[in-house]
Amino acid sequence: MAVAANRSRAATPLIYGATLAVCVTAFLLALRYLLSEPVAAAVLTLPLGLPWIGAHLRLDALAAFFLIIVNLGSAMASIYGLGYGRHEKTPHRVLPFFPAFIAGMNLVVLADDAFTFLLSWEFMSITSWALVMAHHRDEGNRRAGYIYLVMASFGTLALLLAFGLLAGQSGNYEFSMIRTAHHTPLIVGLVLVLLLLGAGSKAGLVPLHVWLPLAHPAAPSHVSALMSGVMTKVAVYGFIRVVFDLLGEPMWWSSIVVLVLAGGTMVLGILSALFETDLKRLLAYSTIENIGIIFVSLGLALAFQADGMGWAAALALTAALFHALNHSIFKSLLFFGAGAVLTATGERDLDKLGGLIHRMPVTSFAFLVGCVAISALPPLNGFASEWLIFQAILQSPVVPQWGLKIMLPAVGGLLAFSAALVAACFVRAFGTAFLGRPRTPAAERAREVDRYSLAAMLGLVALCVLTGILPGLVIDGVSPVTQALLGARMPAQTGIPWFSIVPIAQGRSSYNGLLVLLFIASSASLAAFVIHRLASRAVRRGLPWGCGLPGLTSAMQYTPGSFAQPLRRVFGTVTFRARERVEMPRPGDMRPARLTVEMRDLIWDGLYAPIVAIIGFAADHLNRLQFLTIRRYLSLVFLSLVTLLLVLTLWS
Amino acid sequence: MHGIAFDVAHLLAGSLVLISFMMLYQDRLYALLNVFALHALVLALSVAWQAFTQHAPHLYVTAAIALIFKAIIIPVALHRIIQKLGIHRDIETVVGIGLTMLVGIGLVALSMALMLRVTSAADPLAREDLTFALSVVLLGLLIMITRRNAVSQVVGFMSLENGLVLAATGAKGMPLVVEFSVAFSILIAFIVIGVFLFRIRERFDTVDDRALDDFRGERR
Amino acid sequence: MVLISEILVQGLQMAAVLLLAPLLTGLVRKVKARLLRRRGPSVFQPYRDLLRLLRKEVVLAENASWLFRVTPYLIFATTWVAAALIPTFATGLLFSWTADLIAIIALLGSARFFLALAGMDIGTSFGGIGSSREMMIATLAEPAMLLSVFSLALLAGSTQLSTIATFMASTHVGLRVTLGMVLIALIIVALAENARIPVDNPATHLELTMVHEAMILEYSGRHLAMIELASWLKLLLYVSLIATVFAPWQIAVSGSGPVAYLIGFAAYLGKLAGSGFLLAVFETSIAKMRVFRVPQFLGMALMLGLLGTLLLFVSRSM
Repeated sequence: MAVAANRSRAATPLIYGATLAVCVTAFLLALRYLLSEPVAAAVLTLPLGLPWIGAHLRLDALAAFFLIIVNLGSAMASIYGLGYGRHEKTPHRVLPFFPAFIAGMNLVVLADDAFTFLLSWEFMSITSWALVMAHHRDEGNRRAGYIYLVMASFGTLALLLAFGLLAGQSGNYEFSMIRTAHHTPLIVGLVLVLLLLGAGSKAGLVPLHVWLPLAHPAAPSHVSALMSGVMTKVAVYGFIRVVFDLLGEPMWWSSIVVLVLAGGTMVLGILSALFETDLKRLLAYSTIENIGIIFVSLGLALAFQADGMGWAAALALTAALFHALNHSIFKSLLFFGAGAVLTATGERDLDKLGGLIHRMPVTSFAFLVGCVAISALPPLNGFASEWLIFQAILQSPVVPQWGLKIMLPAVGGLLAFSAALVAACFVRAFGTAFLGRPRTPAAERAREVDRYSLAAMLGLVALCVLTGILPGLVIDGVSPVTQALLGARMPAQTGIPWFSIVPIAQGRSSYNGLLVLLFIASSASLAAFVIHRLASRAVRRGLPWGCGLPGLTSAMQYTPGSFAQPLRRVFGTVTFRARERVEMPRPGDMRPARLTVEMRDLIWDGLYAPIVAIIGFAADHLNRLQFLTIRRYLSLVFLSLVTLLLVLTLWS
Repeated sequence: MHGIAFDVAHLLAGSLVLISFMMLYQDRLYALLNVFALHALVLALSVAWQAFTQHAPHLYVTAAIALIFKAIIIPVALHRIIQKLGIHRDIETVVGIGLTMLVGIGLVALSMALMLRVTSAADPLAREDLTFALSVVLLGLLIMITRRNAVSQVVGFMSLENGLVLAATGAKGMPLVVEFSVAFSILIAFIVIGVFLFRIRERFDTVDDRALDDFRGERR
Repeated sequence: MVLISEILVQGLQMAAVLLLAPLLTGLVRKVKARLLRRRGPSVFQPYRDLLRLLRKEVVLAENASWLFRVTPYLIFATTWVAAALIPTFATGLLFSWTADLIAIIALLGSARFFLALAGMDIGTSFGGIGSSREMMIATLAEPAMLLSVFSLALLAGSTQLSTIATFMASTHVGLRVTLGMVLIALIIVALAENARIPVDNPATHLELTMVHEAMILEYSGRHLAMIELASWLKLLLYVSLIATVFAPWQIAVSGSGPVAYLIGFAAYLGKLAGSGFLLAVFETSIAKMRVFRVPQFLGMALMLGLLGTLLLFVSRSM
């Protein structure tokens, strides 16, 4: 995959084509491995890395599942890149890093010792940073790249400490050794916190999410899709690998920590998306929300596992993995759609789009399917996985701890709340970008994008529908993973007639996406057919109703800001300190009326701004150290040496 | 102590919590007083039901006190005070209603998580009574701290006391003397607060407690 | 043979909800008119409206897209499917396991999603105002609804409506404060979702406070007929849902024979008439709210749902 930066025109199709071929092969291999009811993991040791360890690679069910996600997303991104890459002005800034980034993600998933894991993790971060900086002439992108780099290093540092703690004094960095070792509760707690910092910052858990809405949109769209749809899943993989596989028996309070963080992530993520007008940044915020959903489900799995209820834990973990897969599919689709809009109009600001459904019918159809899927509406795939999470939440009465028992329904309420907000958010996004009238000449002149991009989008649309109506196949596909991690699995779904899914028992709950789709399709076409045959089918085109006044212009329609106004007023006043100011000039005054909306990011103000201030303060004061005499420098070195020796003496 | 007896007690105590919530979001003084009267009425019913199921006639006295004093005399008296003083009838809240509600639900969850864990050995009726009572007490405190108006603070205090009575009747065999003393102390407190209201009003022309803070020269 | 009869009963249910929906709306309108001392149109007027609309030509705005023309059928189909999955006169019908209560709510969510999109399609302010307010209401109504469903599901141990109805008809239920709260929450949600007073006024067409009617302002002819029918079906759905859960009397069990079905059907008609009457009385006795009072009203439902779920843990069986 190490194709050197090539400035010729053939480089783009060559690299994307090669990446596509490799990813499809890897995808098929992983799929075959997962479907063949794996019993033993495939292990490979390479004489690289730390001399006394080597580099361990291992393919088990969990790794295979995430390989499927990674390579599916990468293959689709490669197809999309075949078309999208042609519009790239500086392809040599994207092409070398794209395959390297994918290779890095694959290696993280395959790594079987801490050193390889961290090395590939950092490799993944650096290559994605390079991709974020592809358009580095833009001031905003440079800032995004800087913040991303700081947060990524911080995350890796946290992971490094976590693995250090896990390895203990004996220094067993191989996962197989860590797995068998016994860990004290203190270590388990510390590792969990460090992991939430490390993997959580990569995945975008609140309050470590600040880099994500800056960095993901800054990259080219197919890379945004990879970062949002796939790289966050690699972070989820890291969390699952350590917490469910390496740490051993979880403790019940850890699930409370995860659930609280995840609940906050969901609601804050989607509220931020709701008030955002940049299409790609909106999608990035919605990624944060989906990560929240996945972590809610992981928290549930932790809670059930800690209380020894394997079947419920399997249900929750299956739901989490299913949602991870679904999110990678529809978020890639949506980012591809946003990229298509960007190619066609050069705009990603919702305030400057509109009416694209007439100019770009296929893209708007694909984007619409993505919107429906992410809004968790039946019969598409987003609903299937959220339905499973709701089923898992409904198992809360069996948990013995009172705190958890009372908390779980509240988390369910939060999940329902954020699902409703997602629907509002994507009605707003689709309604202002694709519906209505064009708001700018650029939107008016938009043209449908190339065939490769459309093929990638339509492929993902098909996947959204397929996983939505046949969720039983995915559930059964995931079962080796839960079997390996939790020692339990959900009941087999393939034997149930009509492809229903029944997570626990027939009397409790069941859902059938296929029949729902069939029923809706048949009754809609029946109604249309009957009406067109028996009643009228006449159509007359006319002007829209403008209260009797002629000349509706595109400035008179609802904007993204006005669509969000009721929600901003209800939810934004507390969470974002949203303030609206209207300047209404007096009659006769020729100035335009103005509405100013002020919103503050409380997390940035409350957490990051103080940290930045402290660092600035410390830097100012440490600055003096640079102007000392040599004697003083030597005495500093001497003092620190003595202090370290003293600590060593006193330690034992 | 099973079946219908438990169900009715549960229903009454649960409605008491619900009415406490209703008090949380009232923004008119008269409506607040009416809801408070309803609160006291449900308390009286609940106590009377306990008297009936526990065969404890002295609890009927408690119920009667609750009914006469709290459901009739105090609301009527407060009505008249408001009328006489011409107090502004809107209640100013310190934080938004939505947030207050969320905090309220958090308090109920807290009292449940606490009480159900602590009293796992007790009999189920006492258990749920104590849980509900703690919720009502905490909600009463919440009403007191989220309102600026002195009258609504009085109401919050009274509803808090209702929670105490609920807890006391749930635990079997509370002596009548205690009951009387509680009732009278509340009455005294009410009179004292009433007198204060008059004095505050005379001096500052409002019952908004910000006037007091201003007078003490405190910065908010 | 059994299968054929089951398919027949399921088909009967689908036809019944479709045919009864206009009647329920007609009844509510009639009772409201009588309470206001007007004569009011006949209870069968909605059928006539429907036929008239179907025969008229469609006047489409010049920039309407394909989405605008597909949406009415989609909304109708989703609402119809959702309504047909609610047990009306009998539980455990052939396809009742296709979707549980959560899926039914989500189906209604799909219908709302497309309706809100259609409101944005023409690009007039009316459509936008309706869509944005509808979504604002939904962000509170949907979690309130789901929390109420949680309470019911935790009580009955199932999200399947047939199972819940059977449980509620049994003697295990008892008096529970949770159920009262859930009932109030469901009624509030039903009022909001069906655009009834005090949240929205179903009888207005040009008013700056309207929500539902603003979204569908551009629709005409057969498209409007489909949307109207869908909204009547939705009202019927909510009434049947509340009736099934809180008044499951005389509801027949699947396969229990024509007599039981007949009794169940008669009881269902009675429940519909009773709820329609109560709705009309409620609507005439209350005033419409300002739009930004609605979140508080729905917040109450949300709070009741959450509180109901919490109080469940204090009840005896948990």
